[in-house]
Amino acid sequence: MEKDKFDYFIKTEKNNWEVIIGLEVHAQVISDSKLFSGSSTKFGAKPNTQVSLVDSAFPGMLPVINEYCIEQAVKTGLGLNAKINLHSIFDRKNYFYADLPAGYQISQYKNPIVGEGVVTLDMPYGSKKIGIERLHLEQDAGKSIHDLSPDNTFVDLNRSGVALMEIVSKPDLRSPDEVNSYVKKLRSIMRYLGTCDGNMQEGSLRADVNVSVRKKGEKKFGTRCEIKNVNSIKFMEMAIDSEAKRQIELLESGKTIEQETRLFDTKKNETRSMRSKEEAHDYRYFPDPDLLPLEIKQSFVDSLKKKLPELPDEKKDRFIKKFKLTPYESNVLVSEIDISKYFEEVIKNADIKLAKNWIIVELFAVLNEKNLDIKDSPVSPKNLASLVNAISSGEISGKIAKKVFEIMVETGGEPSKIIKEKGLKQQSDPKELEKIVIKVLGENSDKVSEYKSGKEKLYGFFVGEIMKASSGKANPKLVNDILKEKLKK
Amino acid sequence: MSDFNKSSLSEIVSLIKSKKTSSLEVTNHFIKNIEKSKKLNSFITTCFEQSTENAKNFDKKKNFDGLLSGVPLAIKDLFCTKNVKTTAGSKILENFIPTYESSVTNNLWSEGAILLGKLNFDEFAMGSSNETSYFGNTINPIGKDLVPGGSSGGSASALAANLTPATIGTDTGGSIRQPASFTGTVGLKPTYGLCSRWGIVAFASSLDQAGPMTKNVEDCALLLEAMSGYDKKDSTSINKKKEKYSKNLNEKIKGLKIGIPKEYRVDNMPKEIDNLWKKGVDILKKSGAKIVDISLPHTKYALPTYYIVAPAEASSNLARYDGVKYGYRSKKGKNLIEMYENTRGEGFGNEVKRRILIGTYVLSSGYYDAYYLKAQKVRKLIKNDFDKCFKNVDAILTPSTPSSAFKIGEKTNDPISMYLNDIFTVPVNLAGIPAISIPAGQDDKGHPLGLQLITKALDEQKILNIAFAMEKGIGFKQSLSRWWE
Repeated sequence: MEKDKFDYFIKTEKNNWEVIIGLEVHAQVISDSKLFSGSSTKFGAKPNTQVSLVDSAFPGMLPVINEYCIEQAVKTGLGLNAKINLHSIFDRKNYFYADLPAGYQISQYKNPIVGEGVVTLDMPYGSKKIGIERLHLEQDAGKSIHDLSPDNTFVDLNRSGVALMEIVSKPDLRSPDEVNSYVKKLRSIMRYLGTCDGNMQEGSLRADVNVSVRKKGEKKFGTRCEIKNVNSIKFMEMAIDSEAKRQIELLESGKTIEQETRLFDTKKNETRSMRSKEEAHDYRYFPDPDLLPLEIKQSFVDSLKKKLPELPDEKKDRFIKKFKLTPYESNVLVSEIDISKYFEEVIKNADIKLAKNWIIVELFAVLNEKNLDIKDSPVSPKNLASLVNAISSGEISGKIAKKVFEIMVETGGEPSKIIKEKGLKQQSDPKELEKIVIKVLGENSDKVSEYKSGKEKLYGFFVGEIMKASSGKANPKLVNDILKEKLKK
Repeated sequence: MSDFNKSSLSEIVSLIKSKKTSSLEVTNHFIKNIEKSKKLNSFITTCFEQSTENAKNFDKKKNFDGLLSGVPLAIKDLFCTKNVKTTAGSKILENFIPTYESSVTNNLWSEGAILLGKLNFDEFAMGSSNETSYFGNTINPIGKDLVPGGSSGGSASALAANLTPATIGTDTGGSIRQPASFTGTVGLKPTYGLCSRWGIVAFASSLDQAGPMTKNVEDCALLLEAMSGYDKKDSTSINKKKEKYSKNLNEKIKGLKIGIPKEYRVDNMPKEIDNLWKKGVDILKKSGAKIVDISLPHTKYALPTYYIVAPAEASSNLARYDGVKYGYRSKKGKNLIEMYENTRGEGFGNEVKRRILIGTYVLSSGYYDAYYLKAQKVRKLIKNDFDKCFKNVDAILTPSTPSSAFKIGEKTNDPISMYLNDIFTVPVNLAGIPAISIPAGQDDKGHPLGLQLITKALDEQKILNIAFAMEKGIGFKQSLSRWWE
């Protein structure tokens, strides 16, 4: 349901509450090797098979920056319309945990590689700009596995050292819908750039969600809580809703909010405390003496800028102008780079208006139902283009086309073959059609009399019967002409 | 058979190269020496089988033109050596056997050297007397109640006692130069980044630097040439062409300007050291160098700065010894945190713990600005002092240490007095520049004393040349009775 005005306020008996949200998105960099070692980053390998001496922090091992990851971070920064910092520093974030082999994570603290930027969201109530505070590079930790044995915890270091971009938004988000739209937009931009695959199931994209509430109209931010490591958009929305309600309940009963880190329990749909501010780690950040400050040249940034692909916002504008799409249609078609590619492939040889409808309505329904990415669509762009052409040339009707499409979805076959094999070609021979019309009218002479005496509603009934008699293949326009002609007499 | 006890590293190399002796013969000689010298406790690990095997294999080679042809060397146990135990002088790595070889030792082996064993030193290189080693303190061959200095005390002791023809150490705040001074040997801390840190157990990453420890300056040039070089595995390694230090070694220092910093004239410095310094000045003058009085005004802040920066980095570098992946793990403890506490509590010695605590403290939020950040700023000032001076002088001459070797146990209960021993050596590490200690004489007890030369970064050839000239002028002789055998 589309709304034309922002109205996400949580209403209670006493008040109207505004929810303030800021996101720290952790996006895994697309790179064959890790941020500071040559180990593979491939997902799904056997535990501890992609671990170098550096990743497991053996004595005397030293990190060496992976230049490709720098390139990826800069590209992402450019995609976020952000300031690229030519001088940045890697720091050590110190804490003890079994899946953090060195006892510190190499991250960027005071001097990140990317500074302030902006992401534009298309909300039903208009476009909204979300500020980006910064983007920095850091290593991922390993994985602790607690549920394999009652007595032991196992550690898998395959992820240890994998490059992440932490993208920190300003507290500009105001509703779960905006968060949904923001995360999808970020993901879309990074997929366009090829810097993060955004695969949330594999943990390539996850977020820490900061939530606070304030009464509508208030200027000061309330105390925030950080919900750690939420790994799906749906859970983010649920967590925000439940956390905001928890905070409101506390405030309305005269209590205060403690700044703390919380976890979202997806089964109970509630957040619970992980550690309070007092228990917060003192990470003892300091510049990593094993790595020199990272200096990049403006010419390097410029050369990446030149190679930047067309990003969703630009593409959307182009689609609207060039293909006369509505902003909504354009948005849908550019939301994923693969969808836009699919669309542009189809319309190379097919009618744009028909094609976009077939993609947005029929194809999306199938993909949704089958939970498939457009890349894995059983209907190839080429086949969909043939189907659209069959409709526009009058070879088949829109109704038959749906039947053909169903078969295409099942078999992946070409529409021309399917039409031929199943004999679905539209019946457009006036003589043949006339015979059918005469036959149907003859069988229903009583209804013809009723029609003639004024019951004109029956017209639709005749059309239906004629279509039935032709197994749906009759050319509707011709049927119309002939039927009207016959009924006049 | 030659008496290799009297031979320098360079002489042994040429004897082997000219087939006047074999690698095996030399190796066996040093193995015998080592076996007779257990009293000094300078070794943590020996690998004689491997050494003789490697020596035999070396002797089978027809042509070999490496800088260190067939020479056996013992190495400080901070360098990771493939398949040979590397302990860092600590219980926490007591049984750690690396699967990899440090870049520096790898350079030595590719020049033809052979590993004899691993040398004792202060735990994680934290100490100035070799008394913090988990494997017991090393004795200075100069006298049985004397410390050999630290942290590279085992290296200095083994070198002075002829248990290895030369050796390498690491120097974070003086760990090569102070033991060299205490044992009458030569020790060079190169420019930060000249020798790769890859595969050296880290103490303080921005200060650690490996360097040669030898009987004379010629050997020092040779060993530095062999061990140094750019390494892409160390991001702080300097990418420059390898220099031929030994080939270019000469004593022509006429016209060079040598600075004498007034700040190194500290209170209560023994008269003998002052005299020695003067002797050094005279020798330089005789060689044609010009002596200039200079000032390094921030020198007095170097020691406190060092004792903030080094522990801070160490506290983080040593976090990896947690009992999870390798090394010692305590059997006590009901959960992860208790396992950490017990492992580290039992695995680290007191000095290491002290520095981890200091380091953790100075990095803590609320203290970071007052300590670590300020120390970094002072460090910059100390470096600027040197930069300024080197616009006017080629090198700086100072004493290496404020005293000769002290007695075992003398300073163990007084860490501050122990730290003060690094007062002349520490500024150089903070500035990342090279410095060498050469034996310059003895005090009235007959204990050796060293003088230190300092140059600007990457001026190793110059520092070696000046040291070479001074060495000739000084004519230092040391003959030990081998009382420990």
